[in-house]
Amino acid sequence: MIEMIKVNKSFGAFRALKDVSLAVGRGEKVVVCGPSGSGKSTLIRLVNRLERHESGRVIVDGIELDDDPRRIDLVRREVGMVFQSFNLFPHLTVLENLTLAPLWVKKVPRKEAEETARHFLERVRIPEQAAKYPAQLSGGQQQRVAIARALCMRPKLMLFDEPTSALDPEMIKEVLDVMVELAREGMTMVVVTHEMGFARTVADRVAFMDGGEVIEAAPPAEFFGAPQSERAKLFLSQILGH
Amino acid sequence: MRWLNTLVTVSLLFLLWKAMVPLIDWAFLDAVWRPDSKACRAAQGACWGFIAEKHRFILFGTYPYEQHWRPATATLLLIALWIFSSLRISWRWWLAIIWFLGLSMIGILMWGGAFGLPYVENERWGGLILTLLLATFGLALAFPLSILLALGRRSDMPVIRGLCVGYIELIRGVPLISLLFMASVMLPLFLPSGVSIDKLLRAQLALILFAAAYLAEVVRGGLQAIPQGQYDAAHALALPFWRRTFLVILPQALRIAVPPLVNTFIGFFKDTSLVLIIGLFDLLSTVKVSLNEPAWTGFGVEAYIFASLAYFAFCAAMSAYSRGLERR
Amino acid sequence: MRRVAYQGAALAVAVAAAWFLIANTAANLEERRIASGFGFLAREAGFEIGESAFLRYGASDSYLRALAVGLGNTLSVAAIGIVLATGLGTGIGLSRLSGNALLRFLSVGYIEFIRNVPLLVQLFFWYAVITEALPHPREALEPLPGVYFSNRGVFFPTLSSAPVLQGFNFAGGAAVSPEFAALLIGLVTYTAAFIAEIVRAGILAVDRGQSEAAFALGLSRGLTTRLVVLPQALRVIVPPMTSQYLNLTKNSSLAVAIGYPDLVSIANTTINQTGQAIEGIAIIMAVYLSISLSISAFMNWYNARVGLR
Repeated sequence: MIEMIKVNKSFGAFRALKDVSLAVGRGEKVVVCGPSGSGKSTLIRLVNRLERHESGRVIVDGIELDDDPRRIDLVRREVGMVFQSFNLFPHLTVLENLTLAPLWVKKVPRKEAEETARHFLERVRIPEQAAKYPAQLSGGQQQRVAIARALCMRPKLMLFDEPTSALDPEMIKEVLDVMVELAREGMTMVVVTHEMGFARTVADRVAFMDGGEVIEAAPPAEFFGAPQSERAKLFLSQILGH
Repeated sequence: MRWLNTLVTVSLLFLLWKAMVPLIDWAFLDAVWRPDSKACRAAQGACWGFIAEKHRFILFGTYPYEQHWRPATATLLLIALWIFSSLRISWRWWLAIIWFLGLSMIGILMWGGAFGLPYVENERWGGLILTLLLATFGLALAFPLSILLALGRRSDMPVIRGLCVGYIELIRGVPLISLLFMASVMLPLFLPSGVSIDKLLRAQLALILFAAAYLAEVVRGGLQAIPQGQYDAAHALALPFWRRTFLVILPQALRIAVPPLVNTFIGFFKDTSLVLIIGLFDLLSTVKVSLNEPAWTGFGVEAYIFASLAYFAFCAAMSAYSRGLERR
Repeated sequence: MRRVAYQGAALAVAVAAAWFLIANTAANLEERRIASGFGFLAREAGFEIGESAFLRYGASDSYLRALAVGLGNTLSVAAIGIVLATGLGTGIGLSRLSGNALLRFLSVGYIEFIRNVPLLVQLFFWYAVITEALPHPREALEPLPGVYFSNRGVFFPTLSSAPVLQGFNFAGGAAVSPEFAALLIGLVTYTAAFIAEIVRAGILAVDRGQSEAAFALGLSRGLTTRLVVLPQALRVIVPPMTSQYLNLTKNSSLAVAIGYPDLVSIANTTINQTGQAIEGIAIIMAVYLSISLSISAFMNWYNARVGLR
C-alpha cells in the first residue's frame, strides 16, 4: 500500500529524515512512535504530500509521488488524514464539514453526500451533533468528527498524526475506541501516537523512530517484550514508567 | 500550473517594457535639467530645471534669502534629534534634556533676535522646516495628552470616561480639514476680544488635538494587551494609582504599542500637508505656490513627483525603522 | 468619596471651559456683527456649483440646497471610491501573496510607495496629470470607440446620447470632470494600498492547519481558498476594512484643494459668504460624525452576527 524507499527530508540545516525506508501493506496497521523531534510526523506527512521528500521514493497505492499535481491529487483522494489539532472548519457546521470534500472534489450529489455524512457520524457515535458548529463540541467530539470527515471520502488508507495528544485525558478513550473499531474493519492505518495500549491492541507492527531514522520495527509483542536497541529501551521505560 | 506562472511573468514584463520605455525617455533622456523655462517648454521631456530654479523657495519658503543657512541648519538639527531618539541607547531620562536644548537652539536659529541674528517672524517660515516643526511639536505635545485620554477612557469613573470617549470619538469621526478650519476660523471667536493667536499656533493646536485622539486609541490598545496579571500584581503591592501607572503599566503598554505608534507618527507626518488648505507654507504648499509663477505654470507633474519623493524619503525611513523594531 | 470629588472637578472644569468659550464667542460675534442661527440656510446662495451628482442646482437656490448638493457629491465619490478601492486593494493584496515573484515584487513596490506619500500630494499629482498631460479635446485620446480622454474630462456615451466634439469641448453623452476623476483616482489608488495589506493580513491570519486539512481531503488550491480560507479571512478583514471605508469618506474632504465641489468645499464657500463659521463647521462635523457612527454601528452588528461561535 505504501512504500517509502530511502527518503530524506531537511528543514534548513536540520535533517528530519535520514534515508528512511518503510513499507505498509494493505490492511496493515502500523504504529509509529518515538521521542519528539524524531521525524514521525514528517514521515507520515510525506504520504499525502503535505511535506515534499527531497530524495528517495514515496509510492502510495502504486502511484509514485512527485511534483505532478495530478498524482498528488489522486493520492489525496485515497488517503484520509486526522490531525493533532483537529483542523475542523469553524465556519461550517459538522454536517457541512463532512460533505464539503465529497461535494466539491468527488462531485457527489448533495443527498448522497449527506446520507454518507450521517452514516459516518453514527459510526463515530455522535449523530445528534450534525447541525452544531465545531466550537460547540468537546475536544473528543471534534476529533471524532474529524475522523468521520476523513472517512466520508472513503479512503483506502488512513493517517493519524498524534490524534489524542491535544485531548484531555477523559476524552482519549472515546477517540481510541473509534480507531480500534476502524482497525477491526480492516482499514489500512498508519498512526503516530504515544498511546501504547492502543499499539498493543491494534498494531500489526510498531516502528520506533529516533533522530530521523527508523531504529526498530517489530510486532508489538516483540517490541514491547524484548526491545532490541538501547534507545528503544530508554524510550519505553520513560513512556511506560509513569 | 507552471505555465500560468510563466504567462503572468511574461505579460507583466511586456507591460512594464511598454510603460517604462516612454517613461524613461520622458524622465531622463529628453528631460531638461537646466533652470531654463523656455528650454523646458520647447522640450518633450520632463522639466527638472523647475526644481533647480525653485528649490530654495520650496525648501525654505519666504525666509530671507541670505539667512537660508539658518533654516537649513535648523532642519538638519531637527533631523539629527529624531535619528538620535530612534536609537535604543538614547531612551533615558536625559533625552528630554537633549530635546529641550535642541529645540531651544532651533528656536534661536529660526526666530533670531539674539546672538547677532536678525529677527525673522514666523509668518515667513516655510518649506521643509515648517513641516518638520509641525510634525515634531504636534506629536510631542499630543503624546502626553493621548496617554491621559487613554487612561481616562479606561477609567471606571463615568464622567471622566464619558468626557474622554466623547472627545476621542468626536475627533476621530470628523476629517482633519474640519478641525483645521475650526482652528483657523473659529478659534479667534473663542478668545476674548483683543487676544489673538498666531496662525501657525492655531494650526499646531488643531494638529495636536487631532493626533491626541488617534494616539490615545493606540495607547489604549497597548493597555489592553497587558496581561491582567500585571494589574493584579501592582494592586497586590498596594501601589497607588499614578505610581502603579507610571512604574508598571505604562512602560509595558508603550513597549507593546511602539509599532502601531510609529505607524501613527508616519500618518501624522503626512497629515501635516493639509495645512496648505488653511494658508500655511509647509513643504507641499511651497511646491504648489512655486508653480504659480507664469514662466513655470504647467509643470505640476514634475513638481508633485518631486514632492512625492521628498515625503517618501522621510516616511519610508520611518517605515523601515518600524519594521526593524517589530523584528526585535 | 474621592472619586466623586474627581468627577465633580472634571465636570466643573469642562463646564467652566465651555462657558468661557461660549461667552467669548457670543461677545465676538456681536462685535463683528455676524449673525447667528441657521436662518441663513433659506437664503439664496448666489454661487454656481461646477457639478452635481444627484440634485439639480442653480445660483438662485438656497444655501441648504447647495449644501445638499455638496453632500451628494461627497457620497457619490465615496461610494464609487469604496467599491473600486476594495476591488483594486483585494487584487493587490492577493498578488502580494502570489507564487509569482515578479507580481509580488510589483505589489510590494506599489504598496510601499503609495502608503508613504501624503494623499494630498497624490491628488495634486493626478490633477496635474489630467490637466497637463492629457490632450486638448480636439486631440482627445480615444481608447474605446465613443470614450474620450481629454484635459477637460472623460466623456463616454450613455444609452441615449454620445459625446460629440463641438467647438472646444464635447457635448452630449456623460462626462466625468477632471476634478472628480483626479479625486476618484487618488482616493482609490491610495486606499487600495491600505486595503491590500488588510486583505493580506486576513488571509495570513487563517491557521495553516485549515488549508492542510483541506488539501488532505483532496481540495485544490482554488477550492481551498474559496471555501475554507476566504470565509475565515473575512472575519479578520471586515473590521479594519470598514475603518478604511471611513477614512476614504473623510479623505474625500480634500476635494476642496482641487476644486471638486464636495460638502466641505461648498460649506467653505458658504462660510466665506455669510461669515457664519460656527454653523458651517458644525454642519460639516455633524454630517461626518453621522457617517462615522453609522459605519461603527454597522461594524458592531457585523461582528456580533458573524463572530465565531
